[in-house]
Amino acid sequence: MKKLISVLLLLVAPVAAFANTGVHLDSADIDLNNKAAAQRGAKYYVNYCQGCHALSYQRYERMAVDLGLSKEAVMDNLVFTGAKFGQTMKNAMPKADAEKWFGTAPPDLSLIVRAKKGGADWLYTYLRSFYLDPSRPFGVNNHVFKDVGMPDVLWELHGMQIAKYRTEKDDSGHEHEVFEGFERVKPGTMSPEEFDAMVRDLVSFLAYVSEPAQLKRKSMGIWVIGFLLIFSILAYFLKKEYWKDVH
Amino acid sequence: MSMLTSMVGWIDDRFPLTKVWNEHLAQYYAPKNFNFWYYFGSLAMLVLVNQIITGIFLTMNYKPDAELAFGSVEYIMRYVDWGWLIRYLHSTGASAFFIVVYLHMFRGLMYGSYRKPRELVWIFGMLIYVALMAEAFMGYLLPWGQMSYWGAQVIISLFGAIPVVGDDLALWIRGDYVISDATLNRFFAFHVIAVPLILVMLVFFHIVALHAVGSNNPDGVEIKKGPKGNRWSDKAPADGIPFHPYYSVKDIVGVGVFLMIFSAIVFWAPEFGGWFLEPDNFTPANPLKTPEHIVPLWYFTPFYAILRAVPDKFLGVVAMGAAIVVLFLLPWLDRSPVKSIRYKGLIFKSALAIFVVSFIVLGYLGTQPATPGRTMLAQFFGVLYFLFFLLMPIYSKMDKTKPVPERVTE
Repeated sequence: MKKLISVLLLLVAPVAAFANTGVHLDSADIDLNNKAAAQRGAKYYVNYCQGCHALSYQRYERMAVDLGLSKEAVMDNLVFTGAKFGQTMKNAMPKADAEKWFGTAPPDLSLIVRAKKGGADWLYTYLRSFYLDPSRPFGVNNHVFKDVGMPDVLWELHGMQIAKYRTEKDDSGHEHEVFEGFERVKPGTMSPEEFDAMVRDLVSFLAYVSEPAQLKRKSMGIWVIGFLLIFSILAYFLKKEYWKDVH
Repeated sequence: MSMLTSMVGWIDDRFPLTKVWNEHLAQYYAPKNFNFWYYFGSLAMLVLVNQIITGIFLTMNYKPDAELAFGSVEYIMRYVDWGWLIRYLHSTGASAFFIVVYLHMFRGLMYGSYRKPRELVWIFGMLIYVALMAEAFMGYLLPWGQMSYWGAQVIISLFGAIPVVGDDLALWIRGDYVISDATLNRFFAFHVIAVPLILVMLVFFHIVALHAVGSNNPDGVEIKKGPKGNRWSDKAPADGIPFHPYYSVKDIVGVGVFLMIFSAIVFWAPEFGGWFLEPDNFTPANPLKTPEHIVPLWYFTPFYAILRAVPDKFLGVVAMGAAIVVLFLLPWLDRSPVKSIRYKGLIFKSALAIFVVSFIVLGYLGTQPATPGRTMLAQFFGVLYFLFFLLMPIYSKMDKTKPVPERVTE
C-alpha cells in the first residue's frame, strides 16, 4: 500500500512544478460568484478596452443572462457599438488601422485569462505594471509584458509610475538589475486602493468571459461526485456479497 | 420455456451468442488473486468508450478548417448544450487514457505478464499504445491553438531528419510546406476514422489473445497448469473463478472510484494546472509567431526528452523510436526463471525502480526548456532507460529468485 501511495504521489508531483513564470504575480483574488464585481468589470471593459479589443466569442445576451442584467440595462449602458442584443461584443477599430497604429492588431480578449500562465493573476498584475519609459512609442513599458504594443489606457485613473531597480552582484561577480518596485510620480483620479479594486473587477469580468460555463461546472461537480460516491459504496457491498464464497 | 430463453435459443441456432458469452465472461476462468493493479485493463476500455462517444458528439459541431476550427471549439464550449462537458470529458479522457495505460503496462512489467505464452498479448498491447500515441498526437492538432500548431510543426519536422527521403516524407505527411489547412483536414480524417478503427480492432485482438492463453496474476503462477476442478466446473483451473459475475462486479467498484477522480478533474480542474489543457492552446494558431517554449503534452515528454538528449537530430529521432521499439522486445529480453516481481530478487526490483524513476524524470525534463545541465540529466536517465532493457538478458539471469508456490497465494 505504501508503494502504491508513493507511486500516486509521484504522478501528481509535477503539477506543483508547473507554476514558475519568472515575474512575481500579485494575487487577483477574484470571486466568480460575485456578480456585482463582474457587472462593474463589464462597465469598465466597454469603457476602457472595447475600443480596441473584441470579445468575439461573447454575446451581450449571454452576458446579461449570466451576470443577472436586464436587456434594457445592457442595451442602455453597455452597448456603444450599435450592436444588437444577440450579437458578439466586437470592437470598433478596423484591423488594418489597428496594425498601422500599434504595429500589431490588439488581440481578442475572449480567452485572455485562460491563455496566460498565471491566468487572472497575470492579467491583474499586468494591468497594474505600466511604467514610464521614454524609449517606447507610447512613453510606457510594462514590467510583466516587456515592450508590449499597448499604451497605458488606464493612466488617468492610476497616474504615472516609474520602475525602480537596484544593482546586485551574483556569486560569479556579474552585475544584475533587480526590480524593486514602482514609485508613483503623478497621482491619478483614483487612489491606489480604488484602482486595484477596479482592476480586480475588470479581471473578474474577463475571467467570466474566458469560460462562461465555469460557475455551472463547479457547482455541478459536487452532485456528480456525490452520486458516484453512493454508487461506489453500493457497488462495493455488492462485490463483497458476491465474493463471500471465493475466499 | 420462457420467452427470453426461447429467444436466446433462436439466436443461438443462428449466431454463437451463448458460446461467446460463456467463453469470454461467464465461463472465462480468471485467477482469483487479482489485486489493485488489475483494474486498469477494464478502465482502459471504459476510457476508450468515453473517447468514442464524446468524440462523436464533438464531431457534430467541430469544423476541421483552419479558419473555423478554433472558433468552433469555443462555440462548443459556450453555445452547444452541455458542449463544455463533452469537450472536457474528451480532453480529460485523453490524459486519463495514458495514465490508465501506463499503469496497465507497469502492471505487466511487475508481474511478467508479457512472458511466454503471452507474448502476443503484449505485442498487441504495444501496438495499441503506438496507435494511441498517433491518435492523441493528431487529435491535439484539431483545436488549432498555438501549441497544437507548433507541436505538430516540430514533431512532423522530425521526419525531415531522415536521410534522403526525409524532406519529401515530411511534405507528404503535411500535404503542404508548413502545417496548414490540408494537414488539419487529413489529421481530422485519421483521428475520427482511421486510427479509431485500428484501435478497436487491436483491442479486440488483445482480448482474444488474452482469453486464449488466460490471464496472468500477481504470483505469476499458471493456473491452467495447476490442479483442475472448482465449484463451477470439473475441468476448469482450481484457482480460477468465472470472470462474470466475480470480476465484472469487482471492476464496477473500480469504475466508480475512477469516475470520482475523473469527474473531480472534469468539473473542478479541467486544465489540471496546464498539464491537460495548456494555456498556450487558448491562443489561436499563428504560423507567424512561434511560442517561446514548445512542448508536447505530458504523455509524450519522456520520449521528447530522449529525442533532445541526443545532439544529432537524426540520431535523436532514432533514439526516440528505439525507446518505443525496445518495449516490444521485452518478452525475449527477460530470462528470469520466474515471472512475478514477488519472486524475483533484489537486482530486478532495483532495475525496475531505476527504470520508473528514469521514466518520470525524463517525463519532467521533457516539459522544461533545455539547458546544458538538464540535457546532461536527460542523457544520464536516457541511458538508464535503455540499460533497463539491454542488460535485462544478463541481470534477469543472475538475479537470485525465490521459489514460486504451486498455487496462487491469498
